[in-house]
Amino acid sequence: MQLDIKEVEELAKTLYIRALKLLPRDIKQGFERLMREETDATGKTILGTMVENIAVAERTKNLLCQDTGIPIYNITIGHNVEFDGAAMKEAIRRGCERATKEHPLRSSVVHPITRKNEQTSCGPGVPIINVDFDTREETVEIEMIPKGSGSENGSFLQMLIPADGVAAVKRFVIDKVIECGGRVCPPTIVGVGIGGTSDLCMHLAKVAATRPLGTTCGDPEGAKIEAQLSEAVNELGIGPQGLGGRATAFRVHVEVGATHITMNPVAVNIQCHSARRASAIITPGGIAFE
Amino acid sequence: MTEHHVFDMPITEAQARALRVGDTVTLEKTLYGIRDATLIAMFDRGRATRFDLKGHAVIHTAPNVRKVDPRPGNSCGYEPLCIGTTTSMRMERFTKPLMEKNGVRLIIGKGGMGPATLEAFKEFGGAYLAVVGGAAALETTWIPEIEDVDMDDLHPESLWKFQIKGFGPLLVTMDSHGGSLHAQVNAEAAARRAAVLASIGSA
Repeated sequence: MQLDIKEVEELAKTLYIRALKLLPRDIKQGFERLMREETDATGKTILGTMVENIAVAERTKNLLCQDTGIPIYNITIGHNVEFDGAAMKEAIRRGCERATKEHPLRSSVVHPITRKNEQTSCGPGVPIINVDFDTREETVEIEMIPKGSGSENGSFLQMLIPADGVAAVKRFVIDKVIECGGRVCPPTIVGVGIGGTSDLCMHLAKVAATRPLGTTCGDPEGAKIEAQLSEAVNELGIGPQGLGGRATAFRVHVEVGATHITMNPVAVNIQCHSARRASAIITPGGIAFE
Repeated sequence: MTEHHVFDMPITEAQARALRVGDTVTLEKTLYGIRDATLIAMFDRGRATRFDLKGHAVIHTAPNVRKVDPRPGNSCGYEPLCIGTTTSMRMERFTKPLMEKNGVRLIIGKGGMGPATLEAFKEFGGAYLAVVGGAAALETTWIPEIEDVDMDDLHPESLWKFQIKGFGPLLVTMDSHGGSLHAQVNAEAAARRAAVLASIGSA
């Protein structure tokens, strides 16, 4: 299969807008579960408003949240795909800019020093484009994630040491959830990276935070910690929007990477309740949206 | 007993001081949108706004808008597409000057604010009204028009004047009597920390 660059550009545009408007099914189901389990009256009301908002966004074809986020594109390329990588990245950038200007969307991206907003949702290093490969035959998957800033500001890294053990890793996560309180727009998905280098650890936390609900960590030890922390964070009483209740998080997600004999790094990256993502799969048969 | 208040903006100091944590509020007529860059421009760089914010409410926001031809009732040439709220805590150090210099009475946002804001509410008479973060599609239905805009070179972090209709109900989570639901929930979470850590073998 030859990857059509024009098609990639159109998809980069469409997926950004689609992600901002339609919440994935697993997140909607997550809300249903939290509504059933919530015991606090204020918490219940707030969850009800969030669910109402999802319906209003669909009915009015509006964005779920005003925050158009930092655009992230995850591209996964399978077997027997011919593509011009540099042209593909340029096409994604153009699609991202076109979504911003043609919809129009609020450009939430500024230069970090001058704070100048080019009104394109683009800038140095943004959109973030991650390219990876898998074994699917003649398949390219494009996932778009508009990562909201309120929860992205809930990002932390600690280079713990082996003597601190797993106990300190778990303590770090609990302490950061407490520290963030309502600022990260709970109920959240708490993404946790364990191991790697500092940058891999942070990346694992982001992968964990943006993983669909209902999936579990591929590493059995990571999965155990994931289950334990998921119970624990909802005993803190922070609740929806940090105004009290059980539903502090939909779930804690853990991703694991091997690390150095001297290292024990842990990272936290939080995803707010507007856990938006959209993806499409390109095959010789055409384009299918998730 | 908690009360529901309907305010035709602007309001008086007495009206702001009557609010208690747990009350609910619905705003009518006018609301101003403000955030990081706007506040930095006003209070770190000395820029003055032509808007009179006395007695008004400000919401921490930067909207999605569409450019349109100016028309009566909408001289600024923007129509609202999606307007929500952002995390308030980043703007903590600006509450006092907003109240002291510009006479703002109510702050609307998400996530709550800290001790400096609570102190300013006590000193000048004001309150924090929590709106559900991320519920912007719903919130947008409460904002029929953008009436005006100032400091638009900071777009989208301009100072926005919104025409509002039935904006709420919003929950009073910080008041002028030292009450803060945010501080209360945070203290409760801190108190539960030891037991939670013990339950996962991390005491």
